[in-house]
Amino acid sequence: MENTAPQLFKITFDGIEIEVPPGTTIMQAARQLGPHYAPPAMCYYEPLKGTGGKCRACLVKVTAGSAKDPRPMPKLVPSCITTVQDGMVVENTTNESVLETRRGIVEFLLINHPLDCPVCDQAGECHLQDFAFEHGRVTTRYEEERRTFEKHDIGPYVQLHMTRCILCYRCVFTADQITNKRVHGVMNRGDHAEISTYIEKAIDNDFSGNVIDVCPVGALTDKTYRFKSRVWFSKPVEAHCDCEKCSGNVTLWYRGDEVIRVTARKNEWGEVKEFICNTCRFERKKTSDWTIEGPTKISRHSVIMANKYRADLKKPAFGLKVAEAQYKQIDDSRPYITDGTTIRELSKENNAKANQRSLAENN
Amino acid sequence: MAVKILTEHINVPGINTFDVYRKMGGYTAVEKALKKMTPEEVVEEVKKSGVRGRGGAGFPMGMKWSFLAKPEGVPRYLVCNADESEPGTFKDHFLMREIPHLLIEGMIVSSFALGANKSFIYVRGELMYVIHILEKAIAEAKAAGFLGKNILGSGYDLELVVQPGGGAYICGEETALLESLEGKRGNPRNKPPFPAVKGLYQSPTVVNNVESIANTPWIVNNGGDAYASLGIGRSTGTKLISASGHINKPGVYEIPLGITVEDFIYADEWCGGIRPGHHLKAVIAGGSSVPILPAHLILNLANGDKRLMTYESLSDGGFATGTMLGSGGFIAMDETACVVRNTWTFARFYHHESCGQCSPCREGTGWMDKVLERIEHGKGNMHDIDLLVDVAKKIEGNTICPLGDAAAWPVASAIRHFRDEFEWHVKHPQEATQPGAVYRGAMELV
Repeated sequence: MENTAPQLFKITFDGIEIEVPPGTTIMQAARQLGPHYAPPAMCYYEPLKGTGGKCRACLVKVTAGSAKDPRPMPKLVPSCITTVQDGMVVENTTNESVLETRRGIVEFLLINHPLDCPVCDQAGECHLQDFAFEHGRVTTRYEEERRTFEKHDIGPYVQLHMTRCILCYRCVFTADQITNKRVHGVMNRGDHAEISTYIEKAIDNDFSGNVIDVCPVGALTDKTYRFKSRVWFSKPVEAHCDCEKCSGNVTLWYRGDEVIRVTARKNEWGEVKEFICNTCRFERKKTSDWTIEGPTKISRHSVIMANKYRADLKKPAFGLKVAEAQYKQIDDSRPYITDGTTIRELSKENNAKANQRSLAENN
Repeated sequence: MAVKILTEHINVPGINTFDVYRKMGGYTAVEKALKKMTPEEVVEEVKKSGVRGRGGAGFPMGMKWSFLAKPEGVPRYLVCNADESEPGTFKDHFLMREIPHLLIEGMIVSSFALGANKSFIYVRGELMYVIHILEKAIAEAKAAGFLGKNILGSGYDLELVVQPGGGAYICGEETALLESLEGKRGNPRNKPPFPAVKGLYQSPTVVNNVESIANTPWIVNNGGDAYASLGIGRSTGTKLISASGHINKPGVYEIPLGITVEDFIYADEWCGGIRPGHHLKAVIAGGSSVPILPAHLILNLANGDKRLMTYESLSDGGFATGTMLGSGGFIAMDETACVVRNTWTFARFYHHESCGQCSPCREGTGWMDKVLERIEHGKGNMHDIDLLVDVAKKIEGNTICPLGDAAAWPVASAIRHFRDEFEWHVKHPQEATQPGAVYRGAMELV
């Protein structure tokens, strides 16, 4: 009998050999190895076609292109859209230039970001926060004025904070692929580019709310959940309902007995498993609307994970295993400023700057 | 006189009309190619000629053509990139305005070679009058039977479409151009797949610069070997150089590749020297994207030999002491030019023109612009200079398309070669912000 099993490609990722089917991207291969190995992804979103390649957070070094042609690739390549070749050797966290570039990418993404995490609804489940925590520097080198935008109201359900946007284009792809008429795009160019709905026209179709779930930062948030709670104080529960528009499989977020938010269910990469309709997301906010399945298993975001389950329900061995699997060495070589004098001087300098600014504004 | 391939008849009155162009030997390449040659033979001649892409990257054109995928039943396209927007480069504009039929003839020959039945000329939107010139030329060629159905009875059909762009620099990048041509936002695509496999409308596509395509009629008429015999080494043929800046005779020159840079600047046949009473300070040899070089490095290689106007010689020494031929936008500056201000101007340009798709370019170009603006206005710090180098390094090579590199190189090279000038701006803000103030410290003028 002929062997019809697909031939597998063997690749080496950070020194670990793994076999994957042809056509797999480096990112998908790395994700099979687990969260510890997978490169960060700010724009890539597996459920949406055509995403990836934009944020450059997942750049990796290919030190050997394939077994046939073992030359290294001259530039770092985006792992999310580069397909593997047999015999490819990839370096992610084992390559200093990759990490250095990644520090640069975090810095680029943050220079115009408002850093208003204390009042941002996304805080706690924000990919940019995680990315910056893992790869960012402690101080900023950016002294210029941050870019701002005029405010646009895009309807009763979705709140747009353009200043927080990192232009990953995920919501644009969502509008293109999930909703049946595209009213959502990108206007202008460069760092003045902004997400828009041609312009200020409300997103009024049934699946528009999904742009909230795909947004990696707090640029698109749920208006009905606005300022209601911090993410880590609410408790996620899996639930479903009989919905004629969508699958009805959702995650309910409770504070006490109150459903304060409904989102689609996400996998460990923060990607939506099934897109849900606006009725489920914004209208069904009573426990009686839903059939409860049980607590959501959250495997990635430590902030939400914390204090979610009662201690007596935890099986210690299992918990230890989880902790072990999730353990991540934190880069302690970062230049933390612990010297008291330096901190005082820095804050003096910052205060002087702020005073000058407010003087200039008041005059 | 050196051989002129593109501009031989440029001064003939009425060369922009079909009749005069035909009388001067125009469209003979179409006749020869369609009647006596197969498409493969034309591709072979172009390969033999060794002509390299004239848009900036200098990729061998014949090789690009041979990469074109040829699946059954899928149309193939040739797209001419006439979106010339590089500051300092104005050769394609000149060529299309003065001798539009040369491009049309080249498009017919090239489309025939590639098996394309519909070809596009994507012209930058600001040049509306050039678009009218090209459309008139196409109508004339069509009336004479060189375009349309069954050209010259050979059974080959070709339709030529002129498409105005929206005026974005980024649409000169080939995949952004294709997106724009398809009617979408001009964002560069991720590569692979390359246009040769999936280009316009997901079909195999070749994108070539105006000047590259304009070379093909001569190659078909005279043979690839004759073309390869011109020039030096892998820099074959002639090159249009748009010379500007503080020279006596700015303009577009067709030079044989291989003359010395010194000749090009000082010979009366070309630029005619630096304006009287002044000295050469720096040169940007290939359009705003390529690294700037100080006078002594542009005239001589690191080993003391004369630098030549060729792809290889200009890039000799890497970016430490070399630059690139690029698209041939030759900008000469004398000692009255402020490198800091010039660098800021370029940085501002790239900040304005970045498409905003990938993070390093979107955020980095704006950052460099703002820091350079501060330095130029006497509000810089010494650490800003190192910051600029680091930001440029973080952009370079990490972006989807070459615009990131193009934004990073001018800044990095200006600081590499003119660091004193940046430091002077930081240390003497009062002096540096006076109108017309230029650093007059130690530097090598020629």
